[in-house]
Amino acid sequence: MSGDGTCFHCGLPLPQGVDYPLEIEGQMRALCCRGCQAVAQAIVENGLQEYYRHRTAMPSTGHELIPAELSKLALYDHPEIQKSFVIEDAPHIKQASLILEGITCAACVWLNERHLQQLPGVKAVQVNYANHRARISWDEREIQLSRILKEIQLLGYNAHPYNALQQEELRRKGRSRDIRRIAVTGLSAAQVMMLAVALYAGASLGMDVDTANLLRYVSLVLTLPVFLYTAVPFYVSAWRAMKSGHLNMDVPVSIAIITAFAGSVWVTLQGEGLVYYDAITMFALFLLSTRFLERNAREKSVEATENLLKLVPAMSLRLRAGKQEAVAVLDLVEGDIILAKPGEAIAADGEVAAGISSVDEALLTGESRAVPKGMGDPVIAGSINLDGPLEIRVTGTGENTVLAGIVRLLDRAVAEKPRLAQLADQVAGRFTYVLLALTLVVALAWWWHDPDRILEIVLAVLVVTCPCALSIAAPAAFAAAGSHLLKQGILLTRGHALETLAKVTHVVFDKTGTLTFGKPKLLRVLPFGRLDTHACLRMAASLEQASEHPLAQSFLEQLSRNELHPVTEAQNFPGKGVAGLISGHRYTLGNRLLSGLTQAQQEPAMDVAAGATVVWLCDEVELLAAFELSDELRPDAITLIETLKTQGLGVSILSGDSNAAVQHFAARLGITEYRGAQRPEDKLAALKALQAGGGVVAMVGDGVNDAPVLAGADVSLAMGGGTQVARASSDIVLLSEKLPDIWRALQAGQATLTVMRQNFIWAAGYNFLALPFAAMGYIPPWLAALGMSVSSLVVVLNALRLRQV
Amino acid sequence: MNSILIFLLGLAGFMVIIAGIGIFWAIRSGQFEDMAGPAQRILMDDDDPRIPRRALKKDDK
Repeated sequence: MSGDGTCFHCGLPLPQGVDYPLEIEGQMRALCCRGCQAVAQAIVENGLQEYYRHRTAMPSTGHELIPAELSKLALYDHPEIQKSFVIEDAPHIKQASLILEGITCAACVWLNERHLQQLPGVKAVQVNYANHRARISWDEREIQLSRILKEIQLLGYNAHPYNALQQEELRRKGRSRDIRRIAVTGLSAAQVMMLAVALYAGASLGMDVDTANLLRYVSLVLTLPVFLYTAVPFYVSAWRAMKSGHLNMDVPVSIAIITAFAGSVWVTLQGEGLVYYDAITMFALFLLSTRFLERNAREKSVEATENLLKLVPAMSLRLRAGKQEAVAVLDLVEGDIILAKPGEAIAADGEVAAGISSVDEALLTGESRAVPKGMGDPVIAGSINLDGPLEIRVTGTGENTVLAGIVRLLDRAVAEKPRLAQLADQVAGRFTYVLLALTLVVALAWWWHDPDRILEIVLAVLVVTCPCALSIAAPAAFAAAGSHLLKQGILLTRGHALETLAKVTHVVFDKTGTLTFGKPKLLRVLPFGRLDTHACLRMAASLEQASEHPLAQSFLEQLSRNELHPVTEAQNFPGKGVAGLISGHRYTLGNRLLSGLTQAQQEPAMDVAAGATVVWLCDEVELLAAFELSDELRPDAITLIETLKTQGLGVSILSGDSNAAVQHFAARLGITEYRGAQRPEDKLAALKALQAGGGVVAMVGDGVNDAPVLAGADVSLAMGGGTQVARASSDIVLLSEKLPDIWRALQAGQATLTVMRQNFIWAAGYNFLALPFAAMGYIPPWLAALGMSVSSLVVVLNALRLRQV
Repeated sequence: MNSILIFLLGLAGFMVIIAGIGIFWAIRSGQFEDMAGPAQRILMDDDDPRIPRRALKKDDK
């Protein structure tokens, strides 16, 4: 046994009284549940134990495969459905892109690739560790896609096919183009600088004219690719800026590059004087690299979020003339009637045309709660149908769904620039006018004073004062802090998040899903009658087999499948509970409304923790047991609250949950400011009150009910497991779902602000100090280029310190 | 003196072109798309004889 009390596969604490041993690499290991056991077994049976030696992060807990889920996979083999995401490479050779859920470290990538490659008929598997996407090609005569998806599930991962969006293809191409530009610039800069050293040395130590000429011509040729190819984006941006009348820093950049190049070419042809090819290439390399880093950080955050959005199924059952047919969701049109079976995700937005059921809208609300749906009620794509079959009249698919709207929101969010960076752009823009005017004045002055030195002086002024360091001061700091945070599972979705975090004075939590897990957990079993605890649990779990209600999961995860009793005539009573026959006797499990027994009888004395749900198990004659289920505090919540309080930050809870429950959790956390039973508008009002008092508020939430509050807060954080809407309206997403990350993000915000201030002071100070010297002719262009590069380098290096926060 | 210089400069130019072609090829073949995975992947032993290859054929009914 591994003996440390945690599951060998997923690393979660072992529940008491369970025993799922498995021999892995010659040692008996304890596993926490049937699901993990199955996954570990699949890994061992396929000779992939090595995964356990090399993994650097724990995978998610294994889930048992449910036959219904497996039969759903079979639908992916349908040619109509494959149409939307499968490419046929050659006759019978097909290729699809999949999103893999549950990749936590590089060993996961290896595990999936190895295992899938062993399957007969699989031609190639490529898993991208950076964005968790896989490309698989297979021979359809030998293997079906459903089999591949099933094998991935056996390993404990979840694969969704998706169609590689046009946008994504564009992104990939843009990235390749950027790398090509940087590579060309880097190669040419290295060569030109090498020659520049020779030329500078020659200028002071003596070099014959022919050699100097040769070196100048070679430098010219080497600079050409930079001037004509890699620097083009600067010209384009500068041209656009000049046309729109708002100068940006690409204008002086372009002017400097073009004048420096033209001047150097002239000098080269004359065969006398200084050339500035080294300055040009170095300049371009610096600018391109910083822009690439910034862009990278931004795109990474989009990709990670997009992966979370692929929840809508790719196919659905359409009812036409009384017959069911499987169709791709893309082919659905408004007015179609689709059938959503219990346990399935609903494929399109619509309204209920027939049937009564309840639906789990956790993707919007963050709370796994059954929402009853009847005739005419709206349902949204991606929500899970729980109890009974629903016929749904489609009102929106694809781009017109609620989910698609969220994606658009995200796109907009990502396009935004941080406020300080905007400010820097504005300053740099104004600075540009001043700079251009000044250069003109200096040029005129030297024209009158000493026309021979005019090119040298103008270049020195342009290069030395280039607001390059000024305009990368903010992006460099953001990129460094952003990529550092992302590595720890903290995703910045808005530009301004970091700088606002630095000023936060109050942290407000929504209780469910943030401080707590947001899922009910079985706390206590109280047997009343003839059956003991375990027998009651078996009964309850057996009855819950048929239910998709979130509470059912809390029962089922306590027991393994083979311990369950067979249940006949299972019935679901939405909003009440379940009933069924076990070995000829009728049992019910549900709230007080379900059974006549609980209604009639006095509620048995039971000390129920605040906020807990109680479910009763009855047979035909008596009350058998009560089960207490409650949401649980995340284990790291207490430490986080303490840290925040010792840092002098105000901490409060605003929750939609009942007052008693909120009080219970607040007391355990030592939070004195809390309010329960809050509607979204109440929360917003409370938030506004805090802000009116001069507070800068960070809101941590996860549900759709939190969305307006998240938007109203100065800066908002959402849990990665929370709802789409919450994630979309928040500035920061905690993919790791670890609460201490909130504190880490706050610290990173403060550090970023400090670094950015230092950068601004340095860059501005350098520009203003160097300008008079350059104008008076004390700075030769090579020194100007060096100064410019060094000042940028200082800014970038200072920003890179943020990686160690 | 100049002839050796020309030779060396030519050599440098040649190497730049080789390096450029190499990088363009690497970009085209997608080596810059996943920067973290391959570094980790090399640590895994793919040639362990205990790994059954294509072994699943048997239970593929």
